[in-house]
Amino acid sequence: MATAKGKGAAASTPKKAARKIRILVGKPGLDGHDRGAKIIARALRDAGVEVIYTGLHQTPEMIVSAAAQEDVDGIGLSILSGAHNYLFPRVIELLRENKMGDVVLFGGGIIPDADIPKLVKKGVDRVFTPGTTIQEIVDYVNRRIQPRK
Amino acid sequence: MYDRKKLAGIAAHRKKWQDEALSPGLRRSPERIKRFSTVSDEEIGTLYTPDPLSNFDYGEDLGFPGQYPYTRGVQPSMYRGRLWTMRQFAGFGSAEDTNARFKFLLSQGQTGLSTAFHFPTLMGYDSDSLRAKGEVGMCGVAVDSLKDMEILFDGIPLDKVTTSMTINGPAAMVFAMYLAVAEKQGVPFHKVGGTIQNDILKEYIAQHSWIFPPEPSMRIITDILGYCADNVPKWNTISISGYHIREAGSTAVQELAFTIGDGIAYVQAGIDAGIPVDKFAPRLSYFFNAHMDFFEEIAKYRAARRMWARIMRERFHAKDENSWKLRFHTQTAGCTLTAQQPMNNVVRVALQALSGVLGGTQSLHTNSMDETLALPTEQAVTVALRTQQIIAEESGVANTIDPLGGSFFLEQLTNEMEEKAMEYIRKIDEMGGMVAAIKRGYPQREVADAAFHFQRLVDAGEKRIVGLNVYRSPDEAPIPLLKVDERVEKQQVARTKEVRRKRNAKKAQACLSALKEGSLDPKVNLMPLLVDAARAYVTLGEMCDTLRETMGVYTDPAMF
Repeated sequence: MATAKGKGAAASTPKKAARKIRILVGKPGLDGHDRGAKIIARALRDAGVEVIYTGLHQTPEMIVSAAAQEDVDGIGLSILSGAHNYLFPRVIELLRENKMGDVVLFGGGIIPDADIPKLVKKGVDRVFTPGTTIQEIVDYVNRRIQPRK
Repeated sequence: MYDRKKLAGIAAHRKKWQDEALSPGLRRSPERIKRFSTVSDEEIGTLYTPDPLSNFDYGEDLGFPGQYPYTRGVQPSMYRGRLWTMRQFAGFGSAEDTNARFKFLLSQGQTGLSTAFHFPTLMGYDSDSLRAKGEVGMCGVAVDSLKDMEILFDGIPLDKVTTSMTINGPAAMVFAMYLAVAEKQGVPFHKVGGTIQNDILKEYIAQHSWIFPPEPSMRIITDILGYCADNVPKWNTISISGYHIREAGSTAVQELAFTIGDGIAYVQAGIDAGIPVDKFAPRLSYFFNAHMDFFEEIAKYRAARRMWARIMRERFHAKDENSWKLRFHTQTAGCTLTAQQPMNNVVRVALQALSGVLGGTQSLHTNSMDETLALPTEQAVTVALRTQQIIAEESGVANTIDPLGGSFFLEQLTNEMEEKAMEYIRKIDEMGGMVAAIKRGYPQREVADAAFHFQRLVDAGEKRIVGLNVYRSPDEAPIPLLKVDERVEKQQVARTKEVRRKRNAKKAQACLSALKEGSLDPKVNLMPLLVDAARAYVTLGEMCDTLRETMGVYTDPAMF
């Protein structure tokens, strides 16, 4: 697992908080496509977010346990294997079991439009699809996720 | 090749043209963008003329097709003799589902098979492993044991059809199962032809379907090289792949350099394992990406052939001409396809496929328009296959060999590509070779940097992508998508459990013990042991777990 502290303050963070936003970028499942996850991790770091990247081939259990250990405010999952209908709900289930229901879960990858409403209903805050710019995701994180006090 | 006096004249004329014709024109109406560059962000000039090619030597730099250095192609007659193999990568759901897709593709004029395995197989887990949950049959076909392989190739004669299998970490195990199926069909090993990707180094760099750490992985690979040289001489033992490096975001030069760099590492490993170079090198093949920048790609393929020929002859002193020849498969670039206006992807794929053909590929996969959204439907894959057939039968580009050879632009691009790639290779040599470079994270970091740079260019609108950041349409009608039946998981788990119940348990256990013992002795070739295990219906997960115990596992260093 790699951690990186954000460089400089995030210009677009609304209120200057004592603590920076902490995000876990995770790659659940067995797929090895990490181009997107790495770009997002780097962009969030450059925008002043503290990023923890799990690396590849994580189980939902490993992701939730890393999120608890690192005390993160949000989790971003990248899934390109088609297993999103199992992996997202399983992570949500584990977050609830661990009383971490306030951690914001978002994600992206190869996810057909038809599956997105079902994932949102189960508790995924936002699903980004191909073509999303880096800035849209950075803005979303800054707007939607507050660092814990 | 050119008269130096005449070249000087051309250079002078060019200068005059720039001053007297081009510059005044540009003052009146400037160029439409500040900097022209390839998709890899390499700057491209206004006009290419022969004068920078003063050292260009036809014989040394181009030669004739089928002759050293093979810049113009590896066969003397190229597509006038035989067209490239049309080979669509396919696999989803159960072995039955994929067997039906294989037969459909063959009935549509496809000439070879290419198998996509689901992620649990790629990572060496059985479908009933906890690690496989949610993934069974999703991204490829589920193969756990010989039983699945028998169904997958049912009714497909393995002495007539060649099969390529994208499998790396567990390449040896899946290959063993394939050989066991051939045996059941009554096909002797020396008649079996096909390819396993078996390129573990690019897994560490880009595709990330690994099991073991680099050193034991390289031992398995040299076992395969030795075993095939003696037993399966028509088999392509490694498909040294730039495809995934490019998909992970590398530039064209990086794709070329790291792939040839991996090739150098395999040849060295084979030689170090005591196999004479000409015994295994002719069965190595390559696999490149066909990305969006038309000329950059054609230059890449031509540079690759010339580099490999020079490296094999000069660096490794190979004597057999077949060791010098870089034969390659091409796949169009999945990462260039857009989820927006997906029909446009047909056009992208056609241009990319054309570059592969003009670059002299030996086989080709054309992506389907719907692949940014899901695995392809039968209709989408048919259009993709037809695209190749139109290029082959209608466009006329296959009528003559290397039709773009001699283009001032293309030859200069080819030269630059070779020079820049060789710089990378020198750097990797200085680090102690590719395995050492990978351990330092060097190629991984270079690729991640290039991917990030490109994304920034797209987001800034400096690289324009139709339907994505220009020419957007607000309302798009959805296209039909393939949905893998989620019941496949349950059925597959049941089948694998039944295989374990029905097989001779004692025999299976004995095979695993022999495998474990063999893995501890580097002088033992693991291939015969794996073939025995496959015959005894030992599952892939069991073989891999046994070797995980003795060889260890590799985990992602998680750099970003």
